[in-house]
Amino acid sequence: MTSPIDMTETTTNTAPLLEVRGLGVEFQTRGGTAHVLEDIHLQLRRGETLGLVGESGCGKSITALALMRLIPQPPGRITSGQILFEGKDLLQLPEAQMRRVRGNRISMIFQEPMTSLNPAYSVGDQIMESVRLHQGLDAQAALARAIEMLEAVGIPDAAGRVHQFPHQFSGGMRQRVMIAMALACQPDVLIADEPTTALDVTVQAQIFDLISEMRERTGTAVLLITHDMGAVAEMTDRMAVMYAGRMVEEGPTDLILSRPSHPYTQGLIACAPGRNPQSHGQPLQEIPGTVPSLLERQGGCTFADRCSHTQPRCRTHVPPSTWVQSGHRVMCWLYPDSEGARA
Amino acid sequence: MSDTLLKVRDLQVHYPLKGGFLKPKTVLKAVDGVSFDIERGRTFGIVGESGSGKSTTALAVMRLAPVTAGHVALGDAPISTLQGEALRLQRKRFQMVFQDPFASLNPRVRAGQAIRDALDLMDVGMPAERDDLARTLFMQAGLRPEQMQLFPHQFSGGQRQRIALARALAGRPELLVCDEPVSALDVAIQAQILNLMQRLQKELGLTYLFISHDLGVIRHMCDDIAVMYLGQFVERAPREDLFAHPLHPYTLALWSAAPSMDARGQKRKLRIRLQGDPPSPLNVPSGCRFASRCPFAEDACRAAPPPLREVLPGHLVACHRVSDTGQPLYPLPTIS
Repeated sequence: MTSPIDMTETTTNTAPLLEVRGLGVEFQTRGGTAHVLEDIHLQLRRGETLGLVGESGCGKSITALALMRLIPQPPGRITSGQILFEGKDLLQLPEAQMRRVRGNRISMIFQEPMTSLNPAYSVGDQIMESVRLHQGLDAQAALARAIEMLEAVGIPDAAGRVHQFPHQFSGGMRQRVMIAMALACQPDVLIADEPTTALDVTVQAQIFDLISEMRERTGTAVLLITHDMGAVAEMTDRMAVMYAGRMVEEGPTDLILSRPSHPYTQGLIACAPGRNPQSHGQPLQEIPGTVPSLLERQGGCTFADRCSHTQPRCRTHVPPSTWVQSGHRVMCWLYPDSEGARA
Repeated sequence: MSDTLLKVRDLQVHYPLKGGFLKPKTVLKAVDGVSFDIERGRTFGIVGESGSGKSTTALAVMRLAPVTAGHVALGDAPISTLQGEALRLQRKRFQMVFQDPFASLNPRVRAGQAIRDALDLMDVGMPAERDDLARTLFMQAGLRPEQMQLFPHQFSGGQRQRIALARALAGRPELLVCDEPVSALDVAIQAQILNLMQRLQKELGLTYLFISHDLGVIRHMCDDIAVMYLGQFVERAPREDLFAHPLHPYTLALWSAAPSMDARGQKRKLRIRLQGDPPSPLNVPSGCRFASRCPFAEDACRAAPPPLREVLPGHLVACHRVSDTGQPLYPLPTIS
């Protein structure tokens, strides 16, 4: 990779709980090799919420699957990088040990609460399975834990509903069950992959409240994957923007939303409709063109074809990761590397 | 001078459901008394959550859902009562764009042919001119003429929605009914399609009935907006009135629940939290339909349904707890 990045300098006192270093993932397809992730760097500290944003196909869900080591291999392949969880590389763990991490220390909620619950088992059984497996609770203690979790996520009459099946719950309630299941083992990291995309906005607000509440109560770090800039603004401390398999910008959410540096981030923020009543009737700012194919990688920046600031070297050299401010870095040739901003 | 193109009066769409053994017959009231006008060249938006009946309203206007009662008129054509050939001849005046551009195009028909078929079906122009017409429509939607030979799967979602728009415009319609036209698209592509729709509206003098659950999209596109809940309008007003001074507690809840990039952190505190899910349209409460989730509901709200009434010029609301002069009688949330 062109830009070896020393991430340790930003973490002055606390070591990150989860750190992704130079992760690369490829998929073999009929059309050739798809470069799904290239040189991804992420850090998640205890108790913080990190937002991972980008359009469909940018690789944000694959990043989540890679963290859980759930990428189907083949056709997928992790080509480079490390995923350090408390300093240990998850990619090197034997499967048996990984199973003790997955669902226990790192757990995940998915977009579709309809398809990610097993319709043939009661919700209680599904919550009990993970606590019995990971925490060795007996059936009675596990049931008590399941009821306690359902109560914690705000399901009325938890003791009665623990024996009900997923189809007896509404979409919002099912996502609550998913959260209860994910948090039952008190994980250190919760990965939420578009947890509210299938839900209505008032129900989404309830689920966001719940995730924030649970985070405050348990200190779980949250990785929130979303395409919705509003959700990022509302939920996260820091954010990372992905485009066509690469990270283009990362930093504190406040900073990026108020002063986005990468032209792609600027475009994403500017093209959101309905923010400014004065601009009614004016055309929205567009990002011209479409996302490039992951199959044909050309040299240089993946955003060059759609960018309005393209220079010759954008098409030939991948831009390095540049610190524009403390904790705020961007992969773009527009910004000269200033060593001073690193500290 | 007002020039009303679409007039909808007390529209109802009820679906009778079959009863079973020991199970009484029930009626699903998807749309239950909706009225509005759209002036020529303007955009009327309906916003609401899933199951509120906004899509069914659109389908009923298109005569794609059975109209149980009420009246829909396009100009002087009573489209809710037309049948057979008379309806078919009016069809070119009102067309629809659907949410899912993957499902609304036939995968075996080339993009150019899909538009040509629409021209043939609606008998637009002379047969010899139609290939040129199709090409013009294609280019108007921002596509390249050489792409007419391609099949739908060779296009991206945004491009497919452009094809759907070009096809809908084939009959030179006056009214375009758009049901969540950009909901399946990424935000950058959304902006392209919304800009295209606004440009076409200006160029062709189109009138839009625009359905969306996305408040940002609705605010950007619409002149007048109705908020729908369980088959009825709870509030209806010109755009900025509705966004700056929402009166119905449900509108407030919707506004405050939508995450936004602006006012980061502030909105959470102002949020009106709704408990639970909307009641089933099979079993509509007898009083105000929103009372079961409304934080400001009183006994009177559960007793009788509030009528939709005009409390400020052009601003209608159906709530017992809003005064006749447009003052909320419930405590407005403040930042604590």
